[in-house]
Amino acid sequence: MGWIMPEGASTYAGDIDRLYYLILVITGVALLIVEVALVAFAIKYRERPGRRAHYTHGNMKAEVVWTAVPTVVVVMIGVLSARVWGDIHRREGPPADAIPVGVMAKQFEWNTTYAGPDGQLGSADDFVTRNELHVPVNRPISVMLEAEDVIHSFFIPAFRVKQDAVPGMHIRIWFEATKPGTYELGCAELCGLGHYRMRGLVTVHEQADYDRWLAQPRAAAETNR
Amino acid sequence: MAHGAHGAHGAVMQPPLYAEPGAGVYNEKLGMWVFLGSEVMFFTALIGSYIILRVATPAAWAPLSERVLNVPITAVNTFILICSSVTMVKAFAAAQLGRQQALCRWLLATVLIGATFVGIQVFEYQELIHKGFVPSAGLFPSTFYTMTGFHGFHVSVGVLCLIYVTWKAFRGKYTGADHRGVEVVGLYWHFVDLVWIILFTIVYLI
Amino acid sequence: MATTVPREELLVEGYTGAHPVDDRPFIRKYIFSTDHKVIGIQFLVMSLFFLLVGGVLAMVIRWQLGFPGRPMPGGGVLPETMAPGGIVLPEFYNSLVTMHGTFMVFFAIMPLLVGVFGNYLIPLKIGAPDMAFPRLNMASLWTAVPAGLLMIAGFFVEGHHASAGWTAYAPLSESPEYSGVSNGQVLWCLSLIIVGLASILGAVNYITTIINMRAPGMTWGRLPMTIWSLFVTSILVLLAIPILSGAVIMLLFDQTIGTTFFKPAGGGQPILWQHLFWFFGHPEVYILILPAFGIVSDVIANGSRKPLFGYKMMVAATVAIAFLGWIVWGHHMFQSGMNPTLGTSFMLSTMLIAVPTAVKVFNWLGTMWLGNIRFHVPMLNAMGFVSMFVIGGLSGLFMASTPVDIYIHDTYFIVAHLHYVLFGGSLFALFAGITFWYPKMFGRMMNATLGKIHFWLTFITYNMVFFPMHALGIGGHMRRIYDPTQYEFLQPLQWINVFITYSAFILFAVQLIFAYNFIASWFNGAKAPDNPWEDNALEWTVASPPPHGNFRTVPVVYRGPYEYSSPEVQEDFLPQTRKLPGDREPDVMPPGLRAET
Repeated sequence: MGWIMPEGASTYAGDIDRLYYLILVITGVALLIVEVALVAFAIKYRERPGRRAHYTHGNMKAEVVWTAVPTVVVVMIGVLSARVWGDIHRREGPPADAIPVGVMAKQFEWNTTYAGPDGQLGSADDFVTRNELHVPVNRPISVMLEAEDVIHSFFIPAFRVKQDAVPGMHIRIWFEATKPGTYELGCAELCGLGHYRMRGLVTVHEQADYDRWLAQPRAAAETNR
Repeated sequence: MAHGAHGAHGAVMQPPLYAEPGAGVYNEKLGMWVFLGSEVMFFTALIGSYIILRVATPAAWAPLSERVLNVPITAVNTFILICSSVTMVKAFAAAQLGRQQALCRWLLATVLIGATFVGIQVFEYQELIHKGFVPSAGLFPSTFYTMTGFHGFHVSVGVLCLIYVTWKAFRGKYTGADHRGVEVVGLYWHFVDLVWIILFTIVYLI
Repeated sequence: MATTVPREELLVEGYTGAHPVDDRPFIRKYIFSTDHKVIGIQFLVMSLFFLLVGGVLAMVIRWQLGFPGRPMPGGGVLPETMAPGGIVLPEFYNSLVTMHGTFMVFFAIMPLLVGVFGNYLIPLKIGAPDMAFPRLNMASLWTAVPAGLLMIAGFFVEGHHASAGWTAYAPLSESPEYSGVSNGQVLWCLSLIIVGLASILGAVNYITTIINMRAPGMTWGRLPMTIWSLFVTSILVLLAIPILSGAVIMLLFDQTIGTTFFKPAGGGQPILWQHLFWFFGHPEVYILILPAFGIVSDVIANGSRKPLFGYKMMVAATVAIAFLGWIVWGHHMFQSGMNPTLGTSFMLSTMLIAVPTAVKVFNWLGTMWLGNIRFHVPMLNAMGFVSMFVIGGLSGLFMASTPVDIYIHDTYFIVAHLHYVLFGGSLFALFAGITFWYPKMFGRMMNATLGKIHFWLTFITYNMVFFPMHALGIGGHMRRIYDPTQYEFLQPLQWINVFITYSAFILFAVQLIFAYNFIASWFNGAKAPDNPWEDNALEWTVASPPPHGNFRTVPVVYRGPYEYSSPEVQEDFLPQTRKLPGDREPDVMPPGLRAET
């Protein structure tokens, strides 16, 4: 039941899901081997009158095999994971054409700062939305995560994005949504009594839609806190 | 010892009789060594945090010359604590030789010197708090009071243990053949002394 | 044996083992006793009580998750500040989650594994009359008890009990302005510092005892796996707990005297708390499972009537796990804001720790292979342990992989994983251990039929509770949320929560069978023989229960504890103390016993 990953909607969802399925298959096989052996031994070697257990203290060859095989397997998983991890947390940071967004987490809401039409954060036309994140499809988004009070965790399940927002730290992550639609954003780190309702909505627009939304007349000073 | 860990012939400073060769020392000494391993980790947590915080936020540490700490008086205090280690060594040597009077004298000296150290530290704290250097005044005082405070607590516990050992020594409970209490409390005392030297270096001098 | 005088009657000069007459007054015998066996049983009673408390808290949590916002049956007895009208408040829910974890980790599983089996088994299994420091041992117990009471007291103070999770992430845990909790968290900190002291005292005792007080012939290569595991565990306790104490002290100071270790406003580092906590916390995870490995190894060898497969590799794997356990703590922090490059190195060390764990599982299977398996209740539970622990171990690989962890971190996948390790693992091992040594501890047999019913029902309902949690996690269900139906994407999964809740109630009810069996057998179980399981280890050579002081005379050991079905003897077991014609005497033989040859 429920071993299928929910539908992904970001560029690296595919990589993460593939890795997940690979580990699922490997661990599934390992689990099967152990459980089948356990049950088979339990049936085959159950106590019967007149029988005596085989007297042995072990077998070095077997030990070598079952040390070496798992080592190779886990190192392989490790190397594959390291590659995907490196693609997500790129040393050179988010792609250069990424749209900058600021997310300030506080009890119990997500405040998103947009650059406005000029594309620059920290300028006069910045504006803020509460518990809403609007992004265009197929464009990398660079998120600067901050927290005002305690640790929160920025979790968009459909994008396979999760990153703690830590007070006193500025953590940059990025993602690129691939399907227009509305997705939920949640807090994944216990942050107080309202933790469970620290929910936001992520709207992925077609580029044209996004431009229209961005150009909506709003008084910057009104929403800019 | 409740039961038979040791032989009947008073070889109590030896490993337990009729047991496989272990650490080669008697239980109390081994136990103290093991316990000190735990103490090392405790101070590692405090000192490690100090180093991490200091490296991450150097600005919270004023240059040496501008710090409120009274280095000369603490240097004297450090010297005093080192002296107490010397008297402790003397006490142990006297115990080994079974010289009761010398043992009592040196133990008493260690108690007094240890208490003096704590007294001076209390005086130092008072002075610092007067100057507004309170635990809530920032990262440096936070780490300062936690580290030196817990060291002072360890010294105080050491003094209490020493008082107990001294009291036993005055009642003639330690002999050349059995002076486990003196040796074990000595191990602890030297450890606490060593920790102070590290703390003094990283908190006052660097 | 060819002697006329039984060895038990031979007195050795200077050895005062078992007293022929025990004339201690009641209070010294049962309350402030220095006897390791009594202390072990006292720890057993204490930690089973906390296991029950933790279990009750879990039931309330499950009610809220299954039926958010519905009044809990019987919840009306709770005060307005917790559950007005039986409806659990969010702040109370957070306390429940926090205290369930805290009680289970520090006051149930850890004292059960280390406090109970360490105390009870170490002197008996190594052939010592008692611990190296019996009075320190008593002090350890009587330090742990007030710590537990202090932890309970937190429920009754002004404001709520600690509610920042058992991991107490700063700054939430130390900021009453953000959490609404002040006194509760202070009590939490004090209690952990005190119980930590108790653990350290215990560890000092165990380590000294195992190093210095092994009976003649009980070489390191002949130590039962239980003792090896407890030895390695004690070293972890000794070195890890002080880190926790140091961190908790800083947390306490931040909250009470205004220091700023973890407060960003004062220049502190919230992440430092996580590093300190997990630097303690990951060794702690192995503290909670290594003794279980030991118990299971002993029980499986006994049940299979076969020597433990690959004893040396088992010891090596235990040591390797303990060693690697120190360099993997960062895998709890992949999404914490820690440098991603560090994440990669922590991932690789974490992957490697899977190897010694796999070796252990294969060696248990190797032990059963070609065995002659007796399905006594301890063996069933030990096999339950192997089959469940494997799931917990393998699901760990998902989190170890940093990219996959991005998604499943802090979801129910983690909750499933940790319960497969701690319930499917540690708790099944505890059931194996308790049912295995119960006859020795209390001199009476537990009812085997009830034991089997309890095992099978637990095994089934346990999986009904925790297996679906994987699915919740894969669905993205965050942990520690009071009301999952707040999220639209979780609403289709809510039926799983309901299913889990019903299963959890059954699981809890099934444990009452165990409680009944435990208590009823204490009073009117069948009298236990000295060696009901035909085991080889030393504790089975003395009476059930063993007398104060354990052994009449110095036990002498001639072989390892796993000589089952040895061709040297007719029976399928060969006690460690039985001398066969070809056996060499140990070097440290007491003179009186050497004459026997």
